[in-house]
Amino acid sequence: MPISNKTVRTYLLLVLFLALRAFGNLSLAWGTKHMPETLAADPLVYIRSMLHPGIAMGVAMLILALLVRLALLSLADLSFILPMTAIGYVLAALLGRVFLHETVSPQRWLAVLLIFGGAVLVSATPQATTGRPEGSK
Amino acid sequence: MIWVLVIVMVAATVASDLLQSFEMKRAGEQSVGARGVGRLLRMIVARRYLLLSIVCLAFSFFAFMALVQSAPLSFAVPASASSFILETVLAKLLLKERIGPRRAAGCLLVLGGVVLLGK
Repeated sequence: MPISNKTVRTYLLLVLFLALRAFGNLSLAWGTKHMPETLAADPLVYIRSMLHPGIAMGVAMLILALLVRLALLSLADLSFILPMTAIGYVLAALLGRVFLHETVSPQRWLAVLLIFGGAVLVSATPQATTGRPEGSK
Repeated sequence: MIWVLVIVMVAATVASDLLQSFEMKRAGEQSVGARGVGRLLRMIVARRYLLLSIVCLAFSFFAFMALVQSAPLSFAVPASASSFILETVLAKLLLKERIGPRRAAGCLLVLGGVVLLGK
């Protein structure tokens, strides 16, 4: 299998993961802010909260995101994936501003640029450095 | 209270990520096609560290839920990135991943951004 194919697969999974997690978080945030109870140490409150449609949808999307990430981890290094998924922090700021009407200061937008810079730097490094046996399935 | 939730979330995330990455590398490459997901689910049940990582993830997730209820999304998500530098260091020490200068510089930039974002 050519290397470029694996790279394409890695980036496709990355995009899928980012979208699922960003909108999953948004749905979860919206749900928890609109549920009647306050979340604390009581596990029953968490279980009951899963009945809220916003929270249920958020949880479903985040579970899917976790499965995509597992596949991603088998293709690439954790230290490659972590900085790339940092784009998710930017998405969180954007979605929080647009959908939850949070205020995002100029300082936060500067932070957004820093994160993008960091992610771009890391994307230019090899994705897997530890090596593993060829064709191990 | 908010910082207690952040600490619980970060500690659980670090443990979960390291366990996940360690087990998945041992398992070899996986895909998420229709059959891939079934295989992934079976593998999660079969591998002890993966199960343990999911328990950690559950703790981290409930802490995140409580956090996102009382704090803005644009704070809660960046705050979860505090786990980031600790994980990179541990990925090098425990998973023997090589962190070159570019990757290290990128990590530091991302961390700087995350710190600013969290303010």
